[in-house]
Amino acid sequence: MRAFATLLERLAFTPQRNGKIIHLKQYFAATPDPARGLALAAITGDLGLKAVTPSLLRGLAAERVDPELFAMSYDFVGDLAETIALIWQPASTTTDVPLPELVDELSNTPKSQLPARIANRLDTMSANDRYAYLKLATGGLRVGVSGRLARMALADFGSLPLAEVEEIWHGLTPPYANLFAWAEGGEKPEAAAHAPFRPVMLSTPTDLAALNGYDRAEYVAEWKWDGIRVQAVSDQGTRRLYTRTGDDISAAFPDIIDALDFDGTLDGELLIKRDDIIAPFGDLQKRLGRKTVSRKMQESHPAHMRVYDVLMWEGHDLRALPFAERRGQMDQIIKTINQPRIDLSPLLDFATWDDLAALRADPPDAVIEGVMIKRRDSPYLGGRMKGPWFKWKRDPMLIDAVLMYAQRGHGKRSGFYSDFTFGVWDADALVPVGKAYFGFTDDELKELDRFVRNNTTETFGPVRALKPLKVVEVAFEGLNRSPRHKSGVAMRFPRISRIRDDKPAAEADQIQTLRDMLN
Amino acid sequence: MSTASDLLEIRPEGLYCPPGGFYIDPVKPVDKALITHGHADHARAGHGAVMATSQTLDIMAIRYGEDFTGSRQIANGAQVVNDVSVSFHPAGHVLGSAQIKITHKSTGTAVITGDYSRQPNPACAPFEPIPCDILVTEATFALPVFRHPDPLGEIARVLASIEAFPDRAHLIGAYALGKAQRVIMLLRMAGWDGPIFIHGALQRLCDYHISQGVPLGDLRPATIDRGKKSDFAGQIILGPPSAFAATWAQRFPDPVICFASGWMQVRARARQRGVELPLIISDHVDWPDLTQTITELNPAETWVTHGREDALLRWCELQGRKARPLRLLGYEEEQD
Repeated sequence: MRAFATLLERLAFTPQRNGKIIHLKQYFAATPDPARGLALAAITGDLGLKAVTPSLLRGLAAERVDPELFAMSYDFVGDLAETIALIWQPASTTTDVPLPELVDELSNTPKSQLPARIANRLDTMSANDRYAYLKLATGGLRVGVSGRLARMALADFGSLPLAEVEEIWHGLTPPYANLFAWAEGGEKPEAAAHAPFRPVMLSTPTDLAALNGYDRAEYVAEWKWDGIRVQAVSDQGTRRLYTRTGDDISAAFPDIIDALDFDGTLDGELLIKRDDIIAPFGDLQKRLGRKTVSRKMQESHPAHMRVYDVLMWEGHDLRALPFAERRGQMDQIIKTINQPRIDLSPLLDFATWDDLAALRADPPDAVIEGVMIKRRDSPYLGGRMKGPWFKWKRDPMLIDAVLMYAQRGHGKRSGFYSDFTFGVWDADALVPVGKAYFGFTDDELKELDRFVRNNTTETFGPVRALKPLKVVEVAFEGLNRSPRHKSGVAMRFPRISRIRDDKPAAEADQIQTLRDMLN
Repeated sequence: MSTASDLLEIRPEGLYCPPGGFYIDPVKPVDKALITHGHADHARAGHGAVMATSQTLDIMAIRYGEDFTGSRQIANGAQVVNDVSVSFHPAGHVLGSAQIKITHKSTGTAVITGDYSRQPNPACAPFEPIPCDILVTEATFALPVFRHPDPLGEIARVLASIEAFPDRAHLIGAYALGKAQRVIMLLRMAGWDGPIFIHGALQRLCDYHISQGVPLGDLRPATIDRGKKSDFAGQIILGPPSAFAATWAQRFPDPVICFASGWMQVRARARQRGVELPLIISDHVDWPDLTQTITELNPAETWVTHGREDALLRWCELQGRKARPLRLLGYEEEQD
């Protein structure tokens, strides 16, 4: 455990990617199986320990520390595991328990006995070990290492091709003994599972100025639909629907699964479609995050997949082909499978980038959030690289709002007032219309933090009420009617795009401006 | 009938003692100020008269020039100021730092701690517990998550890092008054007897410490006028944290950025500052020392000046102790 705790500490304080990779490689080299595989799974988020919830940890803390003092400490530290690790009474003697023993205990202890077992472990650990142990127990290490970076380190450690590691990753399970064996000169593991998830190809943002640097003839464009990106796989009778991060959401979408009557892997957008009408994102949201879905819900919110790409078809890997060629095959494939729930995202007809700009400015459907631009010759590559695919999202909506409340941020922003509630005028009163906690630069964050500290009128626990003085420009992607909000509207993806020090608070927007934006 | 709580009141300029006619660590210029220690947010220039320890007066003169105040009075034993008697007692925070004890014969005694620490500090005199009716305490690290570790253990981490990365310079961020000299003394205690390079902003205060009998050893300016970049490989350089963002830091070979501060206890704080090697070394009391001090002195009332006062007030409430927040504005919350 101590070696793992040291690894986490080093990763946390090493800003450079290469430095992190070196620390990971050293750890893989110095640590035996199965500890290193469990550590890798913990970092990639694949360890799957689910029994230890934040509320269980809060309960443990409450037995040892006054809840108010704990709440104040958590508010300051900004991380639950770290708060408990620091606040726990120091151990008189510490023991270094092997990582596999702790993982085994966390997975196999009956839920009723788990709190006591965890408390006992905390009693014999150093603060650093307590932190690593609690991070492990709750998942979500947040040490600034993505799953991809961890796999890069592993590929680097064994001089393995990263693409091959990514490819078989989803078929492997912790503690990855076969993967480490391969890294140390053994056989490459078989991609064991049927219907595996393949790394998804992502795009980078662009705009007209950047596009003018590219040759129009080399690209095609299509609408960017406002649903969620999915990968539908049907492989020798096994059918799966994955999100773009590889989460299996098959259970929530049996209607789509039924329609996967083929053998292949398709990439597309998951939408709700009633007859010919694509429903807004809010409708899709009602079906996300469910373990099961009722027949009624399937009828009222029918799922649909609009296909962007094909990765595998009837045993052939098509990813190395140019996009234009894959697209030709897709036309045929969609006709052949002939499923009303699956259709093809149409290509756009445009002669110049300015034509495309005009299409983007006036899309034919409200559920379009911009355009996608793809190089005709691009192979299907997992990951986000600049060049082959671009996204050009529609311009955000903007309002000028007044900051009303602030709260300290968590994680990287811990200690800064970075979570803001903002409002607009309804006659003489401000009515809150949303919350934002990003969009500003680090310097602007410091400015806002200073403003909060100097202009607090009241505090409610961690929340500070502010003098109505600071105007910010808020950008957002859409507006929904919401009976749950006092203002009657809910913003999608709001962020603070600019601080309007040039604008007095009285000149911020009125609530009517927002109401007028509701179509 | 007057009580000990009449000894002090809050005014816009800061904490005021009506029967004594003076302020303690005022944040704005006033006629008469008693100053606990030389940190800039407590010791400001432009008062009519200042009473402080001779070291604090010297430090203020170094920082602001000889004309930092109209007149100076060195604190020396118990002195009568109008209707009260005042005396200064070591606070263990930085060189010259003092607690101020105010006694009024009919109402009682108040002690204003200023900033203080109870960890041994080779760069200044240790804290002296003073019984009192009213304890006016700081609360910079008043949360139960703050337990400062043994500072020599933190210094050992620097020395281990130098061993692991002998080609890299180790840059330690430390505030110019107090922290820098303490870190140097800790390095000396840990056996680092070679030269230590210092940023120009630390020079005069380090010289002053040496003149006051704090043996800082071989200090050299961190300049490369006559040398080359690689001369700093494996060396220790101290500078004020503000210098690290400037181009100054670029003159050193692949520096390991270290920062000596109590705030380094919290990982996100260290990461926000881009620190690679956080050193938890604080010149303030941590939670156990703070609560222990209140228990030990057992004042009738505890008043909390600046920092995380809410948590300390909560603790006092749980202990059945009378306490109140002063919510003094103008002190830097984050300096350590």
